Amino acid sequence: MTLDAVVAANRFGLGARPGELDRARGDARAWLQQQLVGTRPVPQEIGRLPASATIFETYSELRRDRKEAKADSAAAKRLLGALRQKLAPYYLDQVAARYRVAVGTQESFRERLVHFWTNHFAVSADKPQVLALAGTLENEAIRPHLAGRFADMLVAVETHPAMILYLDNQASIGPDSQFAQRRNRRAPAGDRKLGINENLAREILELHTLGVDGGYTQQDVTTFAKALTGWSLGIDRPFAGGEPGKFAFHDAAHEPGAKTILGTRYGQSGVEQARAVLADLARHPATAQHLALKLARHFIADEPPADAVERIGKAFRDSDGDLPTVHRAVLETPAAWASPAVKFKTPHDLVVSTLRMLDFVPAEPRQIAAPFELLGQRPYAPGSPAGWPDTATQWDGSDALLKRIEWASSVAGRLAGRDQPLNLGERSLGATLNERTRVAITRAASTEQGITLLLASPEFQRR
Amino acid sequence: MTSRRAFVSGALATGAAAMLPRCVFADVATDSRFVLVILRGALDGLAAVPAYGDGSYAAKRGALAITAPQLKLDGMFALHPSFNQLHERFAAKELIVFHAVASPYRKRSHFDGQDLLENGTSTPKSAHDGWLNRTLPLLPEAKRRATDRIALALAQNVPLVLRGDARVGSWAPSRLPETDADTLQRIADLYSTDDYFASRLQAALAADQVADEGAGEGMSAGRRDPLNGLNTLAAAAGKFLAAADGPRIAVLEASGWDTHANQGAERGQLANRLRGLDQALDSLRTSLGTAWARSAVLVVTEFGRTVAVNGTAGTDHGTATCAFLAGGAVAGGRVVTDWPGLANSALYEGRDLRPTTDLRSILKGVLAAHLGAGEGGLDEQVFPGSRAARPVEGLVKS
Repeated sequence: MTLDAVVAANRFGLGARPGELDRARGDARAWLQQQLVGTRPVPQEIGRLPASATIFETYSELRRDRKEAKADSAAAKRLLGALRQKLAPYYLDQVAARYRVAVGTQESFRERLVHFWTNHFAVSADKPQVLALAGTLENEAIRPHLAGRFADMLVAVETHPAMILYLDNQASIGPDSQFAQRRNRRAPAGDRKLGINENLAREILELHTLGVDGGYTQQDVTTFAKALTGWSLGIDRPFAGGEPGKFAFHDAAHEPGAKTILGTRYGQSGVEQARAVLADLARHPATAQHLALKLARHFIADEPPADAVERIGKAFRDSDGDLPTVHRAVLETPAAWASPAVKFKTPHDLVVSTLRMLDFVPAEPRQIAAPFELLGQRPYAPGSPAGWPDTATQWDGSDALLKRIEWASSVAGRLAGRDQPLNLGERSLGATLNERTRVAITRAASTEQGITLLLASPEFQRR
Repeated sequence: MTSRRAFVSGALATGAAAMLPRCVFADVATDSRFVLVILRGALDGLAAVPAYGDGSYAAKRGALAITAPQLKLDGMFALHPSFNQLHERFAAKELIVFHAVASPYRKRSHFDGQDLLENGTSTPKSAHDGWLNRTLPLLPEAKRRATDRIALALAQNVPLVLRGDARVGSWAPSRLPETDADTLQRIADLYSTDDYFASRLQAALAADQVADEGAGEGMSAGRRDPLNGLNTLAAAAGKFLAAADGPRIAVLEASGWDTHANQGAERGQLANRLRGLDQALDSLRTSLGTAWARSAVLVVTEFGRTVAVNGTAGTDHGTATCAFLAGGAVAGGRVVTDWPGLANSALYEGRDLRPTTDLRSILKGVLAAHLGAGEGGLDEQVFPGSRAARPVEGLVKS
C-alpha cells in the first residue's frame, strides 16, 4: 500500500526524505515498529554537546561574578550581557544538533517520539536559568528512556537540573525542616521567610501525570510540594552539598513526616518519599488516560475518537507504562492510518519536513533556529510548562499562513535548482500529491515558484 | 510594500472581489474602539495594585509589600510604581481599577484558567469558541460590514477569545521578505477549491493591506521589548483602530506573569514587566490619536496569586486579582471593588484574595455600554448561564 508508506513517513515520521517512501513501501508498519524497540547509540551531533553539569559551571561562574559586581550597577549590566553571550551558544548548539539529527535520521518516527515527550515534559529556554539547559533535558532524560518505562522517564525528568530550575524547586524548603528551624533560631524575625514553592508539584500532577481533571485537590498539591522539598541540585546556596549541577537531595531542607497524597499515606523518609509518589502517579489510571489522549491527539486528530484513546490507555495500563508497547498501540490504531491527512502541521513539523524533503540543513546554528522562531515556535521555548499546543487552532491563523507562504518562498529562492519541484513533491507526498497542485507546479513560471507552490499546498501543510 | 497591495487590488479587479470582505469608508455609526489585553500566567493583583491601606497587607505580603507607595489611588489602593503612565490616566479620569475580581474558575491551573477566561462559560474546555467572537454578530457594526473587518488579533494565531464562527483577522509584523504578487495569485488559485486555506489567505492579505495603508514606519518588530513585542503590537493595534474604516476591536496578549520565584517589589522582574505593560498601553493610546477619546482598553489575567510570599520570594497560583479599564471613553478615576480584606478570615481557602466581583460582570458592562451588544445575547450566547452576573453599570461616559 503506497498510501501507508506516505502516512508512515509523514504522519508518524518527520516527513519523507529522498527515497524514503520506497523503503517504507514494502511493509510500512514493520518499518515503523522496528524503530520503537531497543537502544541506539547517541547520535554524533548530540554526543558532542556538553552535558548539563558542565554547562552549569558557566552558570556558577556567572553567579559568582554577579555577587562581586553587586555594588556596581554598570558592572552588573555588563555581566548580564556576558551572561547572554556565554549561554546563547550552548542553546544554539543544542538546537542545531537537534535539527541536524531530525533532518538526517533514517528513524524519524523514533525522533518524533523524542520530540513528543520533550514537549510533554516541557521546560522553556525563555527563562534565563534554563536557556542553556533546555536541550540537555531532551538528551539526558528523554532519549535514554524512549524504549523503557514511563515511570523511569518521569523520575529522570523530575530529577533533571533543567526541570528543577524551571519549576523553581531548588530552593523549596519544608517549613519544619532542620534548615528552616536552624535559620529561624539564628535569624531575627522579619528576615526572608523560608517555605515551599508549589510549582513543580502542581505541574507534575496537572501536566506530567494525572492531567488537570485527574482528581487531585489543592491539598494534594501542597502536600506533594512538601514531599518534594529537598529535591534540588548540588549548588552553593542556600545549602551546600552534592555534585555541582547534578541532582542532589538535601535532607536538611526536606519537610519531615509522613504525607497523605491522593488518599495514600507515604511514610518513607527522605528522597524515597517523593519517589514513591512518582511511582504511584506513573501507574495511576488517570495518567494512562491523560497520556493516551495526548498521543492520540498527536498522531490521529485534534479531537481523536474515544475508542482510539481507550486502546492506547489500555496498552499503557496493561504494560505498566512500557513505552514501546504504548507507542505500538498507537501504530495499531486503524484511525491513525486514515487518509487524507487531517493534522495541520505545527511550524516545527513544517520546517523539519521541508528540510527533510530538500535534504538540507543550513550550516550556521543561528540559521537553523531562525525559521522556527519566525513561524512562532522557537525551539525549546514553548513559554509555558504545558509545552506547545497540538491542535490546529493554535497554528492556523490567517497571518500564520501568510508567514508560512513567505518562508516557503524564501526557502525556495535559496534552494531552487537542486531538484525539479514535481520530483520533490512525488518523493515527499507520493500518491497524495493533489492533481491541482501537480498542474500548478507544472505551470509554474520558475523552479522557485514551483517549490513555493508545493510547500504552500494544502497537502504539504498537513500530515 | 506595494506588491501585495497590487495583488489584492488585482484580485478585486478580476472577479475575486466577491470573495474579499468589502471596505466601508463612511457611514460608520458605531465609532467605539475596544482593545482586550490578556496577560497570561496569572498577574499578581496585589503587586500591580497594592492594598497598602489594608491593616493586614504589610504583614501578609512581607518582603513583597510596597508600604509607602508613590502612585496612590485613594486611601486604600495604589498603583505599582512602574505604572507612571497609567497613573496619569487615572488622574485624567480615564482609568478604572477593579480589584478582587475573578472569572468563575476556582481552581489553579493556568491552562484551564485561561481557557475559561476566554471561552466565557463556567467550565474549562466546554466551548471551542471565545466570548468575544460570539459577541461580534450581536454588534450594530456587524450589520454594516464583515466581521473580519471589525475584529483583529495582533498575533500570528488568533487567541481562543476571538476564535469561532465569525471570521476575524490576524496580523503580526513579519521579518520575512514578501512573496511576489504572481506567486501569491497562483497560491490563491491553488486554494480556491479549499475554503479552509482560501479564507485564511484572504483574511491575511486584507489585514496586510490595512497595515500597508495605515501604518508606515511604526510596524517593524521590536527586539528589545521585555514583553516579547507587546509594545510594537500595541502601537500597531492603535494604528489599525485609528483608521476610519479600520477594525473596531483588537486583542493583544503578553505572557510571563507567572512569578513563582524572586518576584521583586518596587524593583525586580515583575516591576520590569509592569513597566513594559505601562509603556505598551501608552503606545496604544498615542497611536490611537483622536480615536482614544472613543476607546476602552480592558486588561485581564486568568487568576491572581497567593497573598503570602512563598518559599522562593515569589507567589503561587491564587484566585482573585485586579483588572484595568482605560480609555478616553471610560468613566474613570475610580477604584471599583467590593474589597474583602486581607485578614485571615477573609481569605479564600485561607490563602488567596477572595473574589467579590465576577469578571463577566465587567465584560458585560463594557460590551453592552461601549459596543452596543444587546443584554439578552450577553446572558445566553456570549456568557452562557451568566444571568446572575449583572453588568457593572456606568463604566463608559454617556
